[in-house]
Amino acid sequence: MINSAHMVLIVASVLFALGLVGVLTRKNVVFMLISVEIMLNASGLAFVAAGAKWQQPDGQVMFLFILAMAAAEVSVGLALVLQIYHQHKTLDVDRLKELRD
Amino acid sequence: MSTLFYLSSTIAIASTILVITRYHPVHALLYLAVSFLAVGMIFLSLGAPFVAALEIIVYAGAIIVLFIFVVMMLNLGKDTAQQEKEWLKPKVWLVPSALVLVLLVEMIILLFTDSDQPLKVSVVDPRRLALSLYGEYIIAVELTGFLLMAGIVGAAHIGKHMHTPLHRFLQNGEGKKEKPKPLRPVESLKNEQTVLHDQ
Repeated sequence: MINSAHMVLIVASVLFALGLVGVLTRKNVVFMLISVEIMLNASGLAFVAAGAKWQQPDGQVMFLFILAMAAAEVSVGLALVLQIYHQHKTLDVDRLKELRD
Repeated sequence: MSTLFYLSSTIAIASTILVITRYHPVHALLYLAVSFLAVGMIFLSLGAPFVAALEIIVYAGAIIVLFIFVVMMLNLGKDTAQQEKEWLKPKVWLVPSALVLVLLVEMIILLFTDSDQPLKVSVVDPRRLALSLYGEYIIAVELTGFLLMAGIVGAAHIGKHMHTPLHRFLQNGEGKKEKPKPLRPVESLKNEQTVLHDQ
């Protein structure tokens, strides 16, 4: 017996904060995509915890949608990473400045 | 059940910390797989076995394999690890980590000020999940299908090699008699339109 749903939410928010730190501090595009995956996974964990608290399947349904969205996002993101590497020969986000004024 | 939850959440947090501090991409991906497996154990302890199986199959299977393919294709190895070691100085990560830590502490304080009801774990079996998914959420399932289709088409289009800066419809148009020379001597990309134009 887990003593409260708050512990699960705390674990989810710790994982989300770790993913956010990864996005903010890394300069490599691959590591930033990995950190975004961590954040999506943490939000899915929060949904499943909420569904387990009310004992309804809706939280798990939302996790399935997050899963499909993460799969689509990572495929498009990795295609963009391949294209960036072929055009710029680097993965440093500071060097990608086509959209800068 | 509680011991399982605390153990697997400790493993998840520790391996996620290791993910965001590694220099080598493959080491980070291996720790990420461990983190996903631990989150799958958390789902199992929350009474969601179907979601736990999907977490392991899709996240730890498909998404990690996609990342490993890209790391392999880009040949990210020791040079990248050295570069990451140069980039990841304490003055780079200290301030964002402190700010995010403040946000996390606020969140935890907010969670602890609420009333603390015990969580009764009961397994939501895949039958109820499927009835809900294909009952009231059927529109969202179809929209998810659209999203996946758009993602596949977009990834296939973006991931294609674009060797010449010119659009393929402009390469053999009436304006130019000769084809512009490609930047690099590479195998030409054939599809239906270019084959028809070349004839």
